[in-house]
Amino acid sequence: MGKTLQKNPLYLCMFLLPTAAAFLIGFVIPFGIGIYLSFCKFKTMNNIKLIGIDNYVQVFSGDQVFGQSFWFTALFAIVSTIAINVIAFMVAVLLTRNFAGTNVFRTVFFMPNLMGGILLGTIWKILFNGILTNFKQTLTSNGTYGFVGLLILMIWQQVGYMMIIYVAGLQGVSDDIKEAARIDGANDKQILFKITIPLVMPSISMCTFLTITNGFKLFDQNLSLTGGEPMHNTEMLALNIYNTFYGRVGYMGVGQAKAVVFFLLVGAIAILQLKLTQSKEAD
Amino acid sequence: MENTNKIKTADEIKIKRKTSDIVFTVVFSIISVFWMYPLVMVLINSFKNKNYIFQNPFALPDEKTTVYGDNYVQAVTTKMDFMSALMNSVIITVFSVALILLCTSMCAYYVSRVKTWYTAIFYYLCLFSMIVPFQMIMFPLSKVTDVLQLNTPFRIPLVYLGFGAGTAMFMFSNFLKSLPPDIEEAAMIDGCGPVRTFFLIVLPIMKPTIISVGILETMWIWNDYLLPYLVLKIRYYKTVPIVIQYFQSGYGRVEWGAIMASMVITIVPIVILYLFLQKYIIKGVLSGAVKG
Repeated sequence: MGKTLQKNPLYLCMFLLPTAAAFLIGFVIPFGIGIYLSFCKFKTMNNIKLIGIDNYVQVFSGDQVFGQSFWFTALFAIVSTIAINVIAFMVAVLLTRNFAGTNVFRTVFFMPNLMGGILLGTIWKILFNGILTNFKQTLTSNGTYGFVGLLILMIWQQVGYMMIIYVAGLQGVSDDIKEAARIDGANDKQILFKITIPLVMPSISMCTFLTITNGFKLFDQNLSLTGGEPMHNTEMLALNIYNTFYGRVGYMGVGQAKAVVFFLLVGAIAILQLKLTQSKEAD
Repeated sequence: MENTNKIKTADEIKIKRKTSDIVFTVVFSIISVFWMYPLVMVLINSFKNKNYIFQNPFALPDEKTTVYGDNYVQAVTTKMDFMSALMNSVIITVFSVALILLCTSMCAYYVSRVKTWYTAIFYYLCLFSMIVPFQMIMFPLSKVTDVLQLNTPFRIPLVYLGFGAGTAMFMFSNFLKSLPPDIEEAAMIDGCGPVRTFFLIVLPIMKPTIISVGILETMWIWNDYLLPYLVLKIRYYKTVPIVIQYFQSGYGRVEWGAIMASMVITIVPIVILYLFLQKYIIKGVLSGAVKG
């Protein structure tokens, strides 16, 4: 089949070209321009001046908010990853016990995933403010509220998603092994930690990776819940980059340099994950 | 002696299981009610006067606070223009997903059957694009799409095809790799050209993957905020997430009532759709989870 496809350029045009052209416009060219612009100073696309690494110097030395955003984001990514995965795993373990209603509960837990971050952020903003108003406070009174609020929101959204992956993993663990261990005298706790968890390790690493990347890349929920308020205290990296581009005049080059740094950070996490899973599979 | 104490009879274990199962059902029922509460809250508040929503979102509407269906009327009629946003969201999602499914399945087929340097480069670029966050390309992309006039609901699907190609190509190629070429070769011997072989033989076999990719891309595009916000001519075209964000950040009093009603109009059809397509959605999530 390959040879027939390759022989006639008509097939190249039909099969490959549409996607390739769109990919060029939608990804490759913007990516290339993005790298280039991170070394430039510009206000519009008509007066671009190459200035070397000045933008990057400014990202790391002249921008306190970016550093603050980084630590807020990193802390959030780590805390949310742990919280979401522990809860999702526990829920999945319980929901694979087949008591009455497990299917309904799975359906309910997954539901928040049907909505986008903007809607979720809006809903929780109203809820949190409704509670905090009793104490004469709002969600943006201080950064801690924003952090905890975002954490609750992300737990609510992602527990159902991760639970589905864990349930699938847990269903792949055969009952025979657990039964054999039980006959050998293992208790529930031993079976969970010595048999079930090692066997669902692929699911655990996949979910950990998904939640940590989601944490680092979070934008919509951040924008609609607190918008980075108060005083950029709850502004995460993606929102900080956005605000640098569109909130400050003359800082577009710096914004693009931040975006490149951000890409390298997210990419490094992805590659690390890939390496970790590959080495596990080799064992 | 000790052994008889430790080893329970099968009946005893069963009874213990039964009681704990009832406890679990009750506990999870309570959690489920809390889990659903934020969505119910939206529904309740959609019937309240906008001044009472932010003040006390937990209260049920009463004689004094209710506006009956006025929020819904306002959402679809006033300057918020929610209906046209909903229309745009539907157009963008349907056309983008259709375009992505058709083009990337064909492309993945070509790439996995023709082994040359340019298909290899293209495939690895697609994989690479999956780890690039949108912020990296958002500014240049918005400029490129402006120049090419890809800023209307009917043209933005091309942008989604480009930026969404990575995941779809990855999932289709993965499936095609495991598909033995024997069937295709048999079709060829019987006189089928590549086009007919693809559409009559390969495409039907790929149906499960097509559904999975379709679900994943639909969930992404329907809920996407930043890409359409930056690419579309925002004065004329808004999508549902854009409208909901836009009308909170406006000056003056925020029309919370209309926002609540719009959210209900958005959420209800999705939830109904989800209850029918749940099996496929969960399969889609599972097959997409490998992408990262």
